[in-house]
Amino acid sequence: MGGFDFGVIERSLPYLFEQGMRFTVTLTLIAMAGGIIFGTLLAMMRLSRFRSLAAIAGGYVNLMRSMPLVLVIFWFYFLVPYIGAWILREPQPVKIGEFLSAAITFTLFEAAYYCEIMRAGIQSIPRGQVWAGQALGLDYWQTMSRIVLPQAFRNMVPVLLTQTIILFQDTSLVYVISATDFFGAAAKIANRDYRLVEMYTFVAVVYFAVSYGLSALVRHVQRRLAFVH
Amino acid sequence: MSYHWHWGVLFEPEPGGTGTYLHYLLVGLGWTLATALAAWVLALAIGAAVGTARTTPVRWAARLGDVYVEVFRNIPLIVQMFLWFFVVPELLPTALGDWIKQQPPPWGMYIPAVLCLGSFTSVRVAEQVRAGIGSLPRGQLAAAIAVGLTRAQAYRYVVLPQAFRIILPPLTSESMNIIKNSSVAFTIGLAELMGRAKAMQEFSFHAFEAFAAATVIYLITNLVVVVVMRALENKVRVPGLIAAGSAPQAGH
Amino acid sequence: MIRLVRPILAILVLAVAVPAAAQEGTLAKIRNSGAITLGHRDASIPFSYYDDQQRPVGYALDLCLKIVDAVKAELKLPKLEVKYQLVTSANRIPLMANGTIDLECGSTTNNLEREKQVAFTITHFVTANRWVARKSAKIRSLADLKGKTIVSTAGTTNIKQITEINAAQGLGMHIISANGHPEAFQMVETGRAVAFVMDDILLYSLAAQSRRPADYEISQTALSVEPYGIMLRREDPAFKKVVDAAMVRVYKSGEINRIYDKWFLKPIPPRGLNLDVPMSAQFKKVVAHPTDSGDPEAYK
Repeated sequence: MGGFDFGVIERSLPYLFEQGMRFTVTLTLIAMAGGIIFGTLLAMMRLSRFRSLAAIAGGYVNLMRSMPLVLVIFWFYFLVPYIGAWILREPQPVKIGEFLSAAITFTLFEAAYYCEIMRAGIQSIPRGQVWAGQALGLDYWQTMSRIVLPQAFRNMVPVLLTQTIILFQDTSLVYVISATDFFGAAAKIANRDYRLVEMYTFVAVVYFAVSYGLSALVRHVQRRLAFVH
Repeated sequence: MSYHWHWGVLFEPEPGGTGTYLHYLLVGLGWTLATALAAWVLALAIGAAVGTARTTPVRWAARLGDVYVEVFRNIPLIVQMFLWFFVVPELLPTALGDWIKQQPPPWGMYIPAVLCLGSFTSVRVAEQVRAGIGSLPRGQLAAAIAVGLTRAQAYRYVVLPQAFRIILPPLTSESMNIIKNSSVAFTIGLAELMGRAKAMQEFSFHAFEAFAAATVIYLITNLVVVVVMRALENKVRVPGLIAAGSAPQAGH
Repeated sequence: MIRLVRPILAILVLAVAVPAAAQEGTLAKIRNSGAITLGHRDASIPFSYYDDQQRPVGYALDLCLKIVDAVKAELKLPKLEVKYQLVTSANRIPLMANGTIDLECGSTTNNLEREKQVAFTITHFVTANRWVARKSAKIRSLADLKGKTIVSTAGTTNIKQITEINAAQGLGMHIISANGHPEAFQMVETGRAVAFVMDDILLYSLAAQSRRPADYEISQTALSVEPYGIMLRREDPAFKKVVDAAMVRVYKSGEINRIYDKWFLKPIPPRGLNLDVPMSAQFKKVVAHPTDSGDPEAYK
């Protein structure tokens, strides 16, 4: 094959970043926010005294953690339109684009992982805190929202951020539903212009730079939060 | 439009004439396990080496280990898979690259998939090994050297055996991870379980039956792996050796 | 361990619990939403693909837009919004079945098996399933491919057919499933596969756009004859009537010749390539006697 033409990267930068990276970053942020919220709820369910709630949450988390992510992506891609129709009482399955399908998938999938992190965080809060809250007359929700969760969250920030970096990398798997994330955009250009080496190397370098940079940031945050009680 | 369920599709013949769709999927499971197993061996070998290197005072080995870990940890798995399959043959000398590209399926896809999965997982193993070694009392290494063992012997006979027992629980979840991650290999054309489930959906138009079957197969496989690893843990347990509690790890 | 039994049970319960839904007509859906969604491809030149501004264009899209005009007139709508949805070989039928798209305007083969899942309107092209290979490989017939590695695109009738032929004739070929047409052609370019099996019109366009078109030849052997049709949902006679009538009008009025020339005999975007494929005898027959049959016999 001979000469590599790295100019193709320069020519495709607008498409790669305005379309591709925007998809990736938006998806990551939405899945992170949704995943942490839903994950925290799941963690609270797993730790609740109602056995059925704990069982449902536990079953959900174990199911998600046992399945490959690509399989989950395909499941939701085909299933969500039918569920949407059922919920909205539409006669026909509801239209779902790639982005929405991916957003739902990643939020629900990552929630299982964020759940385990938050569960460990909640369990690491000394019981005395909870009792003190009860002694002050706070109910369950007030105790959780004002005393336990803020501390649990703060303790787990480094691990939550690391999980988010992994989420950022995992969004590249939307390739399997032909979504145009950063990797998908590069693959399209690579195939159209027959520039495999240039594009895939570039993608690897960019992912490396972003992930490594974010990990360094997390280590910095970890040091700042390091005063232990 | 409602979805027409038809579980009997699993017993219909697949277009390639090798048998029923169920048989087609199970052969895929065979490839999944073959890929995962080979990659696991590679990952353990490289991971143990890199993890140990990072704990030694040999500066260049530790730095090399650090670089290795950072590179393979910060690139997504599917990107690494594409690099091994599409890019590496183009960067090698033409004759060698062409020979690699001529390899027919499945070997042409199996080797890059194993190399990719192996190196990807070796990073996780390296981290576990490093943590395992780090959790041992410092006295162990000191005592071993005091008794007259060389550094290498101390690692081989005292440190690493204990470290491996300590990290068996996290290694169990890494075993499950490597099986799940093998599903990404279908993107380079390896006909393992996930790829075959997708092909079944495309040939038969019965998406949910195909993916449900694949899901059940993955779940049962995970179950078996957990059982096997628990048995292994019991077999190699050293009474009195306290396992380090594992903090919640990020990851899949 | 016990904890994994529940997830397995959950899967089985979910499998049984997905409810059936009644079907509403596409015309009503379009009238209510004021929009029609056209499914298109990204690289099926010249039927349905992206030009260099990432806008969907193509022969099938032009025909679909004629259908859209007819739907608009039929429903007497002041305006009808046209939405575009990218589809692939693998997901076009599921996306039609679940309502994401109303018409699929691309290079989809109409055959009797697919007619169990979706419906097709009047055939807009007749193609043959052939292969492209390097001239240097000297592949003259199917027997020359014995034991070799070939490639086709995932989710197509072509890959299914070649898989069946491989088994039936015991050719021992290794078949790679590629994620898309350009990727599959690249496998031949880079030497990973000896031949790429696909509809001849797509092969002509891929070869014409490659670095060295003269290096490739398309086989004389045709594994099958295939009609292309625009897809729509099954069991929706009202919508099909409007669509079929629109297509017949385009054929009978002679407008089809202008549209065909535009995409097959003149330079097309994005790089002004001229495919130079005159209308085949089979398709001329279809223009004279419009049919939506999925049976290859009807096109001999």
